[in-house]
Amino acid sequence: MTAEHLLQFVFSGITSGSIYAIVAIGFNIVYNATGIINFAQGEFVMLGAMIAISLDPFLPLPLAIAAAVALTAGIGALVELLFIRWLDRPGVLRMIVITIGVSILLREVAHHVWGESVLSLAYFTGNECSSVCILGACVSPQVLWVLGVSAAIVVGLTLFFSLTLTGTAMRACAASRPAAQLCGVQVRNMVAIAFMLSAAIGALAGCVVSPITQTRYDCGTSLAIKGFTTAIMGGMGNSLGAVAAGLIIGVLESASVIALPLAYKDAVAIAILLGILFFRPSGMFGSREAGALREF
Amino acid sequence: MPVGVLALAMIAVQLLCAAAGVDYYLTQLTMVAYYGLVIAGLCLLMGYAGQISLGHAGFFAAGGYATAAITTWNLAAAADTPLLRGAAALRLVLRLTDPYGREVVYLSPWIGLAVAVAATALLALLIGVPVLKLKGHYLAMATLGFGTIIYRVVLGARVFGEADGISDVPPFPLLPGVIVDGARAVRTVNFYVAWGLLLAALALIANLIHSRPGRALRALHGSEEAASAMGVDTARLKLHVFVVSAVLAAIGGVFLTHFNGGIGPSEAGILKSVRYVAIVAVGGMANLWGAVTWSAVLGFLSLRGYFGSFDDAVFGTILVLVMLFAPEGVTRSPYVLRAVAAIRKRVAGGAA
Repeated sequence: MTAEHLLQFVFSGITSGSIYAIVAIGFNIVYNATGIINFAQGEFVMLGAMIAISLDPFLPLPLAIAAAVALTAGIGALVELLFIRWLDRPGVLRMIVITIGVSILLREVAHHVWGESVLSLAYFTGNECSSVCILGACVSPQVLWVLGVSAAIVVGLTLFFSLTLTGTAMRACAASRPAAQLCGVQVRNMVAIAFMLSAAIGALAGCVVSPITQTRYDCGTSLAIKGFTTAIMGGMGNSLGAVAAGLIIGVLESASVIALPLAYKDAVAIAILLGILFFRPSGMFGSREAGALREF
Repeated sequence: MPVGVLALAMIAVQLLCAAAGVDYYLTQLTMVAYYGLVIAGLCLLMGYAGQISLGHAGFFAAGGYATAAITTWNLAAAADTPLLRGAAALRLVLRLTDPYGREVVYLSPWIGLAVAVAATALLALLIGVPVLKLKGHYLAMATLGFGTIIYRVVLGARVFGEADGISDVPPFPLLPGVIVDGARAVRTVNFYVAWGLLLAALALIANLIHSRPGRALRALHGSEEAASAMGVDTARLKLHVFVVSAVLAAIGGVFLTHFNGGIGPSEAGILKSVRYVAIVAVGGMANLWGAVTWSAVLGFLSLRGYFGSFDDAVFGTILVLVMLFAPEGVTRSPYVLRAVAAIRKRVAGGAA
C-alpha cells in the first residue's frame, strides 16, 4: 500500500463522510427544534437528487438544482404540516413509527415515479473521466464540488443560526420551548422551518453527490442510518461534532475495503453505531455529565 | 378472545375454504400463521414490555437461514463415520435422492430447529444486554442497525447463498405421517400444524401476561423507574422478554423455511421488520389477539398479491394512518368508537 493509495481512500472517505455530515446536521436541526429524530431524513437526499435529475433536461443545471432544493423544502414543510403539527404531545414511540412510515411513503412514491433504475445527475464540471490530481492522488472534480458545497452549507447554517432573527428564535426553541413561546416566538412555525431547512440541505447534498454515488429510490435508508450514526458520534445536536464524526466514519468505511469484502462496507458504519450506542451514547465530543442527564 | 375462539375460527376457515373450493388459500393461510409467531413475540415485546424492535426480521431470518444452512449441507462423504451412523440410529439424519439420482445425506431438521433456536437465543442475549439499556430513538436505531447487519451478512456470505438465498431445503418430518412441506397433498395438515403451533404460542404468551412476570412487565411499560422502585429487576425482565420474542420469531422462520423449501435475503430486509411493527401497531400494541388477527388478514391479502406493486406502500400507509389517528389500535380508536356509538343509537332509535 503506497501513500498515494492511502490518500485515495482518504479522499473517497471524506467525500461520503461529508454527505453523512450533512444528513446528520439535518437530523440535528429537526431534533433541536422538536426532540424528534426524523427517520425520513435520508429520503430528502434521494428526493432532491431525483427531482433535479428529472428537471435537468428542461432547465440549466444550477436552476434545476435550485428548483429541486426548493421543491424538497416544500415537501419537508408538507410532512411537518400533515404528520407532525397537529399532534398533541405525541410519545416518542409514536413519533418514531410515524416518521418511519413517512419515509416508506416517500420512498414508495419515488419507486412509482422513477422506477427501479439507477439514475445520476450530470457532472458539474468535466465528465466521468476527468480528474484532478492532488498530492499524487487523482480524484474527480465532483469530489471538490461535494467538499465545497458541504463546507458552504456548514458555514451558511452557522451564520444563519447566529446572525439572523429566525436562526436565533430557532435556537431559543431548542433551549426551551415554553420560554421561547413566552418571548413571542411562533414555536410551531419554527418546527416547520426546521423541517424545510433540513429537507433543503439534504436535497442539496443529494444533488452534488448524485454524479458520484448515483441515486436509486431506496438509497435513503442507508444514508439515514449512517447520518444518524454520525449525529450520535458527534453528539446529538452538535453540528460541528457531526462534521468531524462524518469525516471519521467516511474514512473508516472506505478504509474497511482494505480488510473486508466490499459487501460488508455498509455493515462497518452500523457496527460503529452499535459500538457508540453501547459505550458512549453522549457522543465522542459530548460531555459525559451532560449525557448522563439525558435519556438514551 | 380466548384461544378456544381462535381454534374454532381456524376450523371454520378450513371448512369454509374446502366448501368453497378454494383450498389453495390454505397455503397462504399457513404461511401467515408462521409470520404470526413473529407478530406474537413482537407484540409481547412492544405492547407489554414497551420496547420497540426494528430488527425482528433479522431474528426470523437468523432462524430460517440457520436451519436452511444445516439441512442442505450434504454429508454423503462422511456418511459412514461413527458420528453420523449414531445420528442415523437416532433418526437425526435424512437420506434423500436428489433430482440427478445421487444420494444425499442431510442432518435432520430437528437438529436445524435446535441449532436455530439456540443460535438465535444466544444472538438475542448478546445483542439484548447492551441494546436494552437504550430507550426511544436510540433503541429503535440500534435494533434497526442490528437488522441491517443481519441483512448484509446473509446477502454477502457464501454459506447463506448471497443474493440467491438457500433453496432445496428438505421438508420437516414432524411426526410420523405429519411433514411440514408445501406440497399440495399435505396442505390441510400443514394448515393445522401451523395454526396449532401459533395457538400454542399464543396460549403460552397469554398465560405469561396474566402471571406475576406479566404484571411486572406491564408495570415496566407504565414506568420503568416505578417498576424498578417496586422491586422489579427491569433489566433482567426486558432481556428475558427480548430473548423469548426473538426465539418465537426464529421458530417461525425455521418452519416457514421448511414449508417453502427455501429462504432469501428479502426475509431479513428492513421493510419486513417495519411491516411487523406496523401489524402490531394496527392491533393496538398491547393486544395480542388483535395483532394476530390483523396479521392473518393483512398477511393473507399481501401474500395473495392483492396489493400488487403497492405492497410496501400499503403497509407504510397503514402504519402512518394508525399512528396518527388510532395509536391505541383500530378497534379502540375514538373515531371508530364514536361511529359505533352513533350506529347503535340510530338502530335503537329505529327500533323504538
